Amino acid sequence: MKLYEYQGKELLRQKGILVPKGVVLEEEDQLEKALDSIKGPPWVVKAQVHAGGRGKAGGIAVARDKEELKEALRKILRQRIKTAQTGQKEIFVKKVLLEEYTPHVKEYYIGITMDRSKALPVLLFSTMGGMEIEEVAKESPKAISKVMVDPLLGLMPYKARELVYGLSHMPPFELFPQLERLFSRLYELYWDMDLTLLEINPLCVTEKGELIALDAKLSMDENALFRHKNIKDEEEKDPLEAEAQAYGLNYIKMEGDVGVMVNGAGLAMATMDIIKLAGREPANFLDVGGGASQAMVKKGFEIIMKDPNVKMIFVNIFGGILRCDVLARGMLQALEGISLGVPLIVRLEGTNVEPGREILQNSEIRFLVAQDLEDAIALIRLSGEKRG
Amino acid sequence: MAILVDENSRICIQGITGKEGSFHAEQMIQYGSKVVCGVTPKKGGTTFMGLCVYNTVKEAVQEQQVDVSCIFVPAPFAPDAILEASEAGIKVVVCITEGIPILDMAKVLAHLRRNGTTLIGPNCPGIISPGRTKVGIMPGHIHKKGKIGVISRSGTLTYEVVYQLTRAGFGQSTCIGIGGDPLIGTDFTFHLKRFREDPQTEAVVLIGEIGGTMEEEAADYVLESSYPKPVFAFIAGLTAPPEKRMGHAGAIISGGKGKAEDKIVALKKAGIRIIEDLSSLGKTVASSLGEMGIQPDK
Repeated sequence: MKLYEYQGKELLRQKGILVPKGVVLEEEDQLEKALDSIKGPPWVVKAQVHAGGRGKAGGIAVARDKEELKEALRKILRQRIKTAQTGQKEIFVKKVLLEEYTPHVKEYYIGITMDRSKALPVLLFSTMGGMEIEEVAKESPKAISKVMVDPLLGLMPYKARELVYGLSHMPPFELFPQLERLFSRLYELYWDMDLTLLEINPLCVTEKGELIALDAKLSMDENALFRHKNIKDEEEKDPLEAEAQAYGLNYIKMEGDVGVMVNGAGLAMATMDIIKLAGREPANFLDVGGGASQAMVKKGFEIIMKDPNVKMIFVNIFGGILRCDVLARGMLQALEGISLGVPLIVRLEGTNVEPGREILQNSEIRFLVAQDLEDAIALIRLSGEKRG
Repeated sequence: MAILVDENSRICIQGITGKEGSFHAEQMIQYGSKVVCGVTPKKGGTTFMGLCVYNTVKEAVQEQQVDVSCIFVPAPFAPDAILEASEAGIKVVVCITEGIPILDMAKVLAHLRRNGTTLIGPNCPGIISPGRTKVGIMPGHIHKKGKIGVISRSGTLTYEVVYQLTRAGFGQSTCIGIGGDPLIGTDFTFHLKRFREDPQTEAVVLIGEIGGTMEEEAADYVLESSYPKPVFAFIAGLTAPPEKRMGHAGAIISGGKGKAEDKIVALKKAGIRIIEDLSSLGKTVASSLGEMGIQPDK
């Protein structure tokens, strides 16, 4: 789960890390009150969106007077922006962060994430901050240093020293004590808040030699949210995705027109790939889970049918823990008294497949039976052609 | 032969009195697995299907010989259960539980490395050596004893693959679901090494997916070791959008890393045969093995 910059900076502030003073605005008329506490000019206005490349897309502005500030708000707040990372989609800017401008002489980079193959947290540091760290890595790899942390020990001081001494472009010695303190606090924050990513780019150095976090990109582990009840997911979700989540269903909206319901994440991904092989595009990813109940299957079906793009539905179930008869009853419940209006292709296999097929065959539901996946591909092709 | 578990493996079920644990313990016993005891705190001294239930794993191993533990404990308590089994000296631990926090796993894995425990999972269907034993939740009847080793990051997708292999006449030596989480106990390479030494295994099928670099690492190993047995691979998630977690916590394309295309390129380079169409996987593997003179299992 991604946190917005303002949420991330609040966590940094609580940990004693310096961040610019700022206020979140949702409406332009909140500006006057905000300016009572935010010194300026100049000010910085930053769109609160989950996508990198905001600056280039016009999502960040520096205002040198109040006129420019109002102009910046008009251009960013409650507008749609498209960055290099959002693809074709535009995102609506619901909130902006208004901050005091921080004059500085240098920009650094700090990141903490998990090295999946080593199963160890990794700390990254560079004195060439401000730009995309991937580009620094490509052009001057020695300008980034990297240390692995033993999770049983935490971040030891020698590891922090390795991080700064390992650089081709070292920071000045007088910053070392401050940097070591910062690394240790950031690692504590990473660990205590169950973060999957903590990135500060840029971390700026002021003329007085203070280190201030100008940006904060934090992501939390969704599996650990049970022990962080105070953190709220503020993200604007697709309404169908939000509805599915409330029922414990894994649903992701896609651009195609073949609705998909599958049990198990791997098989669901593979089923989407099969639809593509059959010359169509999936309308969604939907994993009803290994142990789905009748009610969950019903809800899953309802969500697929709410998507107006759906022109065909493919149900692919390999019964393991989820028995085929349970799935069949859930479908029956969902479709009772509803005329679907689009072709429905069903492929059932595995535990209790015979009673499952029987339940569907004896029902009013009109559907096409796929004996196996090869058959399913043929049926998807055929149903597509029939409709032109 | 098979790898990791066979008909002699003595199994303990942690969480045996829970809904999932009791259901699957019964299924395993029906399959013929040697389930010898269970552990549920506060239920020590009771019995389940005639088996002793203990309060702690330590007590269980004092009274019984246990080779494998299979864990059905909710996510907030599962890291503790894994460590408990490891400290008690059990060498193979299978954790079915889904939803364990990543940092808990980082800590657990650091401990396990010190204790020399092999952890399968978490978020996995378990291990089955068909005709010998089943330690997990997979439907036993779709499997068949035979010569193909299967390693997979998925659950139901593995059932699909196994079912197709069985229908095409090829049984399995051992099938391992290594788990769908970002941090898991073993990777493809770990099991490829064991299948290499296993005389029953004549070919290996890998079932990978988007996220991480485990498939690329397996490709490196196969190339560098001039792997002596044919390896096939299927990678799920060609159509998955970036930055979205596709059901499995580990299945996410992040910062341009973990794409299916990159994995396929790496695997092909290592001489691994890529199966592009899942629907004909069984037939494709069978005809390919036929050309190499490897016969179906009777």
